[in-house]
Amino acid sequence: MKRISLIITLVLFTIIGMAQDKGGKKLPNVTIKTITGESFNTADIDNDGNPIIVSFWALWCHPCIKELTTIADVYEDWQDETGVKLYAISIDDARSTAKVGPLVNGKGWEYEVLLDPNGDFKRALNVNMIPHTFVLDGDKNIVWQHTSFAPGAELDLIEILNKVKNGEELTDDH
Amino acid sequence: MKKHYIKLAALLIIFISLAQTVQSQSKYGQVSGSFQFDGQMYKPDSELGITDSMIDGKTARMNAFGNIIYTLGNFSAGVRYEAYLPPMAGFDSRLEGHGFANRWARYKTGIIDVTVGNFYEQFGTGMIFRAYEEWTLGYDNSVDGVRAIITPMKGMTIKGIWGTQRYFWDQYEKDDRGIIRGGDMDFFLNDLFGVMENSKTKITLGAGMISRYQADQDPIYKLPENVASWSTRMNLSHGGFFWLTEYAHKINDPNAINQFIYKEGQGLFSSVSYSQKGLGIAISGKWIDNMGFKSDRTVTGDALFINFLPPNTKTHSYSLSAMYPYATQPNGEAAIQGTLNYRVPKKSFLGGKYGMGIEVNFAHIRSIEKTAIDADTPIGESGTLGYESKFLSIGNEVYFQDLGFEIDKKINKHFKLIASADMITYNMSVIEGHSGEPNVDAFVWVTDLQYRFKRKHSIRWEMSQLLTKQDQGNWLATTLEYNFAPTWFFAIMDQYNYVNSDGVISFESEDGTLHEKTYKKLHYPTISAGYTKGTTRVLLSYGRQREGILCVGGVCRAVPSSNGFKITITSSF
Repeated sequence: MKRISLIITLVLFTIIGMAQDKGGKKLPNVTIKTITGESFNTADIDNDGNPIIVSFWALWCHPCIKELTTIADVYEDWQDETGVKLYAISIDDARSTAKVGPLVNGKGWEYEVLLDPNGDFKRALNVNMIPHTFVLDGDKNIVWQHTSFAPGAELDLIEILNKVKNGEELTDDH
Repeated sequence: MKKHYIKLAALLIIFISLAQTVQSQSKYGQVSGSFQFDGQMYKPDSELGITDSMIDGKTARMNAFGNIIYTLGNFSAGVRYEAYLPPMAGFDSRLEGHGFANRWARYKTGIIDVTVGNFYEQFGTGMIFRAYEEWTLGYDNSVDGVRAIITPMKGMTIKGIWGTQRYFWDQYEKDDRGIIRGGDMDFFLNDLFGVMENSKTKITLGAGMISRYQADQDPIYKLPENVASWSTRMNLSHGGFFWLTEYAHKINDPNAINQFIYKEGQGLFSSVSYSQKGLGIAISGKWIDNMGFKSDRTVTGDALFINFLPPNTKTHSYSLSAMYPYATQPNGEAAIQGTLNYRVPKKSFLGGKYGMGIEVNFAHIRSIEKTAIDADTPIGESGTLGYESKFLSIGNEVYFQDLGFEIDKKINKHFKLIASADMITYNMSVIEGHSGEPNVDAFVWVTDLQYRFKRKHSIRWEMSQLLTKQDQGNWLATTLEYNFAPTWFFAIMDQYNYVNSDGVISFESEDGTLHEKTYKKLHYPTISAGYTKGTTRVLLSYGRQREGILCVGGVCRAVPSSNGFKITITSSF
């Protein structure tokens, strides 16, 4: 009985998820940290009306690092095409927050890197697993999100960014 | 019981329809949430020593949660439902049950931010206070109470908290655990002082205090009912240079972790890093003495922690490299760690066409020096001051060491390689509490090759080996994974514990007796598949899972060996 009701609950959850209007959702307003330890309000995530990628990652997450490395190879092209800016949100805790900056620079990433050491931003955005990537349109509405990374997923991402840049509707395929 | 569920379902339906109707108009707010279901079917496996009686009829086990957050302007509120019916193997059996583990409401403007109900929070690096959750470990020490965060001016943050911590499903009752309250201040000097506004040197200063009240009900000892712990910290950055340091102190707190000694505790964490494009160096040191701090002084294990003492080691993500993870010793440890990241430039001899990444990591952790308080009292004797220790003293016993190298290289358009090697020394008797066991010296290598043969199709082949003469001997592991981005993956994996040629592990203990243990050579095969669409992910796997220690962040959990079918469904909206 318990399990059945639980399954019902989960199905209901899925229904809300599916029926949810995809556009219009904004980033929650949470205070996190910059790489040098200053407070940063997530409402200040901004890109002058151009698309934004918000990607959650951690030092211990290989797929996350692969995703960010793959994008780093084409980031300049993407910026030229769409004006996109990528915010990489590290959820590493105090154990390794001090290693985030050296790794980012060591890899030569040109992203805006922020620290979410106690998972406040992660929870507010309902991120269960990483990598979890969000795309925001020029008005900072969350228009697309995806978890996990495999080589080739970046091709979908640039397609989405181009559509967002041109103000096209995202089809259900994405 | 049945009625309860019907009510719950009805409530949810009303809630959802309400949410749907108001969804389109943002002036009525927005609803978001997530859920996850982890289920496993267990079956007996004589080779792993799993019998029917161990499974005890509980062949199907599950952990699940659902979160809903409602936001309207400055106001937000949420609930979190959790169910462990019964909890999966390796999770604390006290989690069994279900219900709303969390409910909270929050009002946040630019100046004031107030939460009532359950909240998570961290002061500084967490050395005196950190409330957080980690689903994969079944860990949640959220505080139920009130939190206020005030930002009176740019660059200044003041926090105050008051409440009790979550203890599985036990509701707080008078005196059954401590009440915690505390405050924290953070000052970003560049915002506060005009002269520093344009300075390249950025300084943040902070200080926090947390105190636990717990009634003294001990028949023998007179225990402090209010235990205070405080810390001060500084972050300093200048260009690519960054220095972070925090000192913490705790007054005498006889508890189950320190065997009820009356000594005060202290700790220092300091980390310096420098980086520029293509190069990053980080060096950190940590010294801890008697800093175990819980909401209930009689509790041990992974529950009711008030503070967080992260292990100063690298978190490994390949399974054999992660076989021997370190866990912080709150009663005393001295640790140093250094990491170097270097990007070999493109078109150089080593770098080739695409460049190459190199990482070197070194961590070394030892005991601290403890001396007896007088000739008649053994070190650590309950009811006494325990021992004396000099600040930053270093002891003779090695707890852990890891020297590792990793390279990552794009070979051509199709191939990418990651290779790593680690030499690990693991003091099993201290870290796992199995006294008398010898230190484990292990060498682990990993190669991870990715072959992308079409735009969205790739194969990943991972091969690794662990060599050691102790514990369970040698291991060989391989994984073959096929990815069709961004939707599907299939993988087969095998970990083979081939021990050594004769399967016998022997060691001589200090008194000269020879210990011998024979291990079965065992394969741990698994097949798995996953499907991802948007934020929904379904993972299926079938096979054997080896006994091990799963660590996320600073906390570890022992995972027992098992055999069976596993499913995870996760989604967010």
